[in-house]
Amino acid sequence: MPAYPYLKIDHVDKSFKRGSAETEVLKDITLGIEKGEYVSIIGHSGCGKSTLLNLVAGLLPVSSGAILLENKEVNDPGPDRAVVFQNHSLLPWLTVYANVKIAVDKVFSGTKTKIQRHDWIMHNLDLVQMAHAKDKRPSEISGGMKQRVGLARALAMEPKVLLLDEPFGALDALTRAHLQDSVMAIHTKLGNTVLMITHDVDEAVLLSDRIVMMTNGPAARIGEILDVPLQRPRKRLALAGDTTYLKCRQRVLDFLYERHHFVEAA
Amino acid sequence: MNMHALKTENATAAPLPAGEVVRLPTPKPSFITSKVIPNAKNIAANVIPPILMIGLILVVWQILCSKPGATLPSPSKIRTEAYDLIVDPFFIAGPQDIGLGWRVLTSLQRVAIGYGFAAVVGILLGTLVGQSVWAMRGLDPIFQILRTISPLAWLPISLAAFRDSQPSAIFVIFITAVWPIIIITAVGIRNIPQDYRNVAAVLRLNPAEFFIKVMIPSAAPYIFTGLRIGIGLSWLAIVAAEMLTGGVGIGFFI
Repeated sequence: MPAYPYLKIDHVDKSFKRGSAETEVLKDITLGIEKGEYVSIIGHSGCGKSTLLNLVAGLLPVSSGAILLENKEVNDPGPDRAVVFQNHSLLPWLTVYANVKIAVDKVFSGTKTKIQRHDWIMHNLDLVQMAHAKDKRPSEISGGMKQRVGLARALAMEPKVLLLDEPFGALDALTRAHLQDSVMAIHTKLGNTVLMITHDVDEAVLLSDRIVMMTNGPAARIGEILDVPLQRPRKRLALAGDTTYLKCRQRVLDFLYERHHFVEAA
Repeated sequence: MNMHALKTENATAAPLPAGEVVRLPTPKPSFITSKVIPNAKNIAANVIPPILMIGLILVVWQILCSKPGATLPSPSKIRTEAYDLIVDPFFIAGPQDIGLGWRVLTSLQRVAIGYGFAAVVGILLGTLVGQSVWAMRGLDPIFQILRTISPLAWLPISLAAFRDSQPSAIFVIFITAVWPIIIITAVGIRNIPQDYRNVAAVLRLNPAEFFIKVMIPSAAPYIFTGLRIGIGLSWLAIVAAEMLTGGVGIGFFI
């Protein structure tokens, strides 16, 4: 076990400047994530959780502090930190297959042959149960399917850390449950390191090993980190009455609605 | 009497089946009436009104211009005097004396070259202006001023620079068509959603890959709008430019 965590967010501050006005969004965020861990970040809207994910993804620069992956600083985006965006972000003029292909071709152009790359694309589409729709365009498939393809594209990059930015936020409850089960199954099978942004308490408790709760912005901090000591694989129905599950859920709800209830208008 | 009446009834009844047999081939004409006639009617409905209108205009023109002392020739006079030009558009009687068809082709060729340059330069410059805030701030005011200059006003400048009518005409086409392409392409590039840029960033697409795989497809509807406006303008410009430069071409002929 190395002395440093796999992914380390080290005293990170982030502020946005517009002219002379400076808004501090994140203040002194320090978080370590171990390999294979599933960590959720939960907080009210506007608390800067998406900003934090963008910092880890490298899409935004940190104002101070550093983000280290395997003890190496990262400050630009790259396929080792693949993102599943909230609104899927598939390229609408490409088919499902081509959307995954663009990622696979870019990441594995030197290491895999054409046939291996094809197999790898199909393998990842199979993983999210989307192989049947490989020749469809994003406009021809449902929202849940688009999100699955987005997930396949991210998984196909073989990222060191998988970043999920409210991946199920735009979906209806039933589709969301389906996708959560798929993500759980994939996480169990592949052992990815996952950092997920969410505002859904049940989702956070069900999927995560640890839940990071953020205080309200501006200058949001990490308020509390909760371990979820539930055995994997987890079953949605069995957990519904589980005391540990309910206790964890209660802790998160307490944090969000008692101690740091949302004061500003959204 | 009764017998007689019956006989006549029989006699009238007897031809009836024969009549039915005769009526059997009716499906055949009904095929023609159901397919051919509606089609013909459809075509006629589209063709007859314009033919009638053109005929009417020619008649009015003939009446107006056949008075003695009319300044413009009547259609019948044009037909007798310009007959050889109209029936044979592809004759070559000398370096400056060629048929109408050849002249149109020469002009089209100029438009193709000038417009081709305009498309390439316009898309590239439009991408630059759309992509970089600095390029936009620097170039956009210049473009906005230059594009208001009439295409024909460029002609003396280009004649002075190239000292030949052919490249000058092409240059005028280019300068006419390039502005809408630049401006509309830039709008298209600016409207690429941030999501696509994020995807490209995560994939570490290099600028060339980003241009081909994301920018062009994403901005394609805008780019084609710009190209369509550009081609219309360039055809308008070539006639005017050729009228002034001379040489070969439809504008010069006019």
